[in-house]
Amino acid sequence: MALLHVTSPHMSRAGDTGSVMRHVLLALIPGIVVMTALFGWGTIVNIIWACLLALGMEAMVMRLRKRPPMFYLRDCSALVTAVLLAVALPPYAPWWLVVVGIGFSILVAKHLYGGMGYNPFNPAMVGYVVLLISFPVEMTQWAAPAGSIPDQAPTLGPLSALAASFPFLSSTPVDAFTMATPLDVFKQNDSLMVDELFASSPQFGRFGGYGWEWVNIAFLLGGAYLLYKRIFTWHAPISMLAALALMALIFNDSGSSASGGSPAFHLFTGATMLGAFFIVTDPVSSAVSNIGRLYYGAGIGVLIYLIRSFGNYPDAVAFAVLLMNFAAPLIDHYTQPRTYGHKDHKSHNEDRGPK
Amino acid sequence: MNAPHKKGQTWDIHGGIHPPENKTQSLGKPIMQAAVPAQLILPLSQSIGAPAEPCVEPGEHVLKGQLIAQAAGFVSVPLHAPSSGRVTAIEDRPIAHSSGMSAPCIVIDTDGEDRWGERTPIADYTAVERTELINHIRNAGIAGMGGAGFPTAVKLNPPADKPITTLIINATECEPYITADHALILERAGDILQGVDVLTHLLQPARILIGLEDNKPDAAAALRDSLRDRPYQVIEFPTKYPSGGEKQLIEILTGKQVPSGGLPADLGIVCQNIGTCYAIKRAVVDGEPLISRITTLTGNALKTLGNTEVLLGTTMQTLLEAHGWQPTPQSRLIMGGPMMGFTVHSANVPIVKTTNCLLAPTAEELPPPHLAQACIRCGMCAEACPASLLPQQLYWYSRAREYEQLEAHNIADCIECGACSYVCPSNIPLVQYYRASKAELRERAEEHIKAEHSRQRFEFRQERLEAAEREKEAKKAARKAAAAKRAAQKEASTPDGDNSAATAKQAEIEAAVARAKAKKVGIGQPAHSDDNEVGN
Ligand code: SF4
Ligand code: SF4
Repeated sequence: MALLHVTSPHMSRAGDTGSVMRHVLLALIPGIVVMTALFGWGTIVNIIWACLLALGMEAMVMRLRKRPPMFYLRDCSALVTAVLLAVALPPYAPWWLVVVGIGFSILVAKHLYGGMGYNPFNPAMVGYVVLLISFPVEMTQWAAPAGSIPDQAPTLGPLSALAASFPFLSSTPVDAFTMATPLDVFKQNDSLMVDELFASSPQFGRFGGYGWEWVNIAFLLGGAYLLYKRIFTWHAPISMLAALALMALIFNDSGSSASGGSPAFHLFTGATMLGAFFIVTDPVSSAVSNIGRLYYGAGIGVLIYLIRSFGNYPDAVAFAVLLMNFAAPLIDHYTQPRTYGHKDHKSHNEDRGPK
Repeated sequence: MNAPHKKGQTWDIHGGIHPPENKTQSLGKPIMQAAVPAQLILPLSQSIGAPAEPCVEPGEHVLKGQLIAQAAGFVSVPLHAPSSGRVTAIEDRPIAHSSGMSAPCIVIDTDGEDRWGERTPIADYTAVERTELINHIRNAGIAGMGGAGFPTAVKLNPPADKPITTLIINATECEPYITADHALILERAGDILQGVDVLTHLLQPARILIGLEDNKPDAAAALRDSLRDRPYQVIEFPTKYPSGGEKQLIEILTGKQVPSGGLPADLGIVCQNIGTCYAIKRAVVDGEPLISRITTLTGNALKTLGNTEVLLGTTMQTLLEAHGWQPTPQSRLIMGGPMMGFTVHSANVPIVKTTNCLLAPTAEELPPPHLAQACIRCGMCAEACPASLLPQQLYWYSRAREYEQLEAHNIADCIECGACSYVCPSNIPLVQYYRASKAELRERAEEHIKAEHSRQRFEFRQERLEAAEREKEAKKAARKAAAAKRAAQKEASTPDGDNSAATAKQAEIEAAVARAKAKKVGIGQPAHSDDNEVGN
């Protein structure tokens, strides 16, 4: 009798790419909860709308490419991209902003480059940067965090949030209360000492941006969970945070008006922790080896600091990540591990020399 | 690097994985004895190297232990009758091979008497010549029992310029499910150590290290209890697959890496599997050639699990039926372990010297592989690779058929352990790609040899013609000078000079072909050494 023929190995570790992505989604929850508590339901509306769009577009592309959509949707990578872009967008962003962003993320950055695994750039960050360059006004309208201003109206609930993003759904226009982000205020400041700035502006909290501290701590918690679950290794995120902190330390200037901000301020403000644990760790667009990921993360950390301090855009995570995505193949080339039984560390392509 | 290390010190290797061990189900019972089957089928090729040459005729009666096929060359092992009976055929039969191929076998119908022929123990092996002792081991038909089956005697003849300083006995048995070595140690540690004594006498190493994973403390204790005053070190190290790979074990125990394309002997090391030591003891002390082995029978599709001592040539069907196996076309039967073993196409194939395990899993136990998803470059494969390769790069290059890049990324150093496939979250059958690429590379190397050969043949012919032409010219000149008219007749006979040039050229070609062949073997890497298959 002929028996079943299967090649080795006959065992594999439980879990698949889909389960990796589901862990990532799970780990995003604390951050999302804190954001909702601070900014109201705008974040949730963003997320749901972005996920619907992403799934729809992914299914459409798979149909066009004549692949079974369900099999590919199951890897949940489209959902991760959608959620990451959605939390990076300002709450109460207009509906069309999300459409454009997800369109660029899923259709251009992911599928025009060949789909899952082939994209050299992080899709969510491509979508974000396209929006930031094209629609700077809409992209910088951040809702004021609850409690930052005395007598502030309560944050928007689910229905008002929906009406804010989809104005045509409601007869009376709804607007969220917005204000400049702490990073903006910090950059525009050139007269006050850091201590005075913290005391005088409602944007600042104990050591980071008001409320942003909590957002960052929540994303940090999610990241710690992923590290614990060994979804990724510590190399890229920790090296990014260390590099950012080190840069801040060097340029802190003991809190003068020319200060770039303390390490704590940079670590717990803006998209730092979201970037470190959910963007920098995206395996597809990062360097591959552990050593490579150390360089990759450090590069992002340094760039974030430089762009935040000297660039024209308020936050820098997206630009820094995209720039290092460019560099990833180069890093891979120079950080090949030494194969067992070989003497040389360096890339083997170079041994051969030019022809 | 050469500083003396602490006794019993071990080193960690890169990568590795911790699959569920599944070893307990086949342990705990004494080693069983499989019945003598009605028919034995003995493939002439059971190890690396040339197939043996039959020295019996169909119709001939043979006794247990009698030589039935002779070694054909240096890297080749002879074959003996596992039981008494009549040779009924020498013909192609299906053998245990991943491709389901057939190969020449000697078929013996047993007579049920199981009558021994002459046994030739060596009373005092320290008193005989070294070469005689090695020949005795060679004539006993012993090949590495761990997996790949490298002829044991070859390893006992290290080149004179590379003295052996360390003898490593591999008792790691790191693959899940397999417990053949473990059971052997528990029951016959004393015999195993006697085999190690023989190796020690032959190689005179400065130190003898017996390495095993820390998941079998009872085996380590059994070995230590039997040591008495022998200076051997029994070294336990953390369980991790594939620490039983020869190269990996050497690094764990010595901190050194076998150079790529080289042999352990380059480091002054010889590595032998524990089952091989046992076979050596049987050959030297008891005078019995290798005609049986311990095989693990495991997997939930069997009713009784355990280790059994089985005659070589028994078919898997016969053996497993006795353990309640009822196969369906959906059944998987794996020779070896779940990581490196291969599925046989039919159970009607014989047990051979390297069959350390038969795994008959149910579909729930080892579910069929999932559909592969896209590589997400997560790097888990590179984390797991014990050879420090970049499996995902090898995968891209394999798919793109970029052979130069594959070679540049050292695909030849892949030991096909399957750790990368095991961890891949996208369920990509990575090793399958590497096997295909390696086969392709081998083929290309062979083609290259052929092309080289015909090019040389062409050049050789070209040169001969030119030489003949020159000769003619010279003759013409000579003829003119001599003004002899009869010279025309001489020209027809072949001049001497031409011949010797041809011989020299021929020798050159042969040397080139030999060189190319040597290279070719290099691509097939694991072929080099016995215990490279991690099964042991
Ligand atoms: S483990 Fe699989 S998915 Fe991850 S990098 Fe390796 S091949 Fe790609
Ligand atoms: S099969 Fe080859 S590439 Fe994969 S882990 Fe083993 S040695 Fe590395």
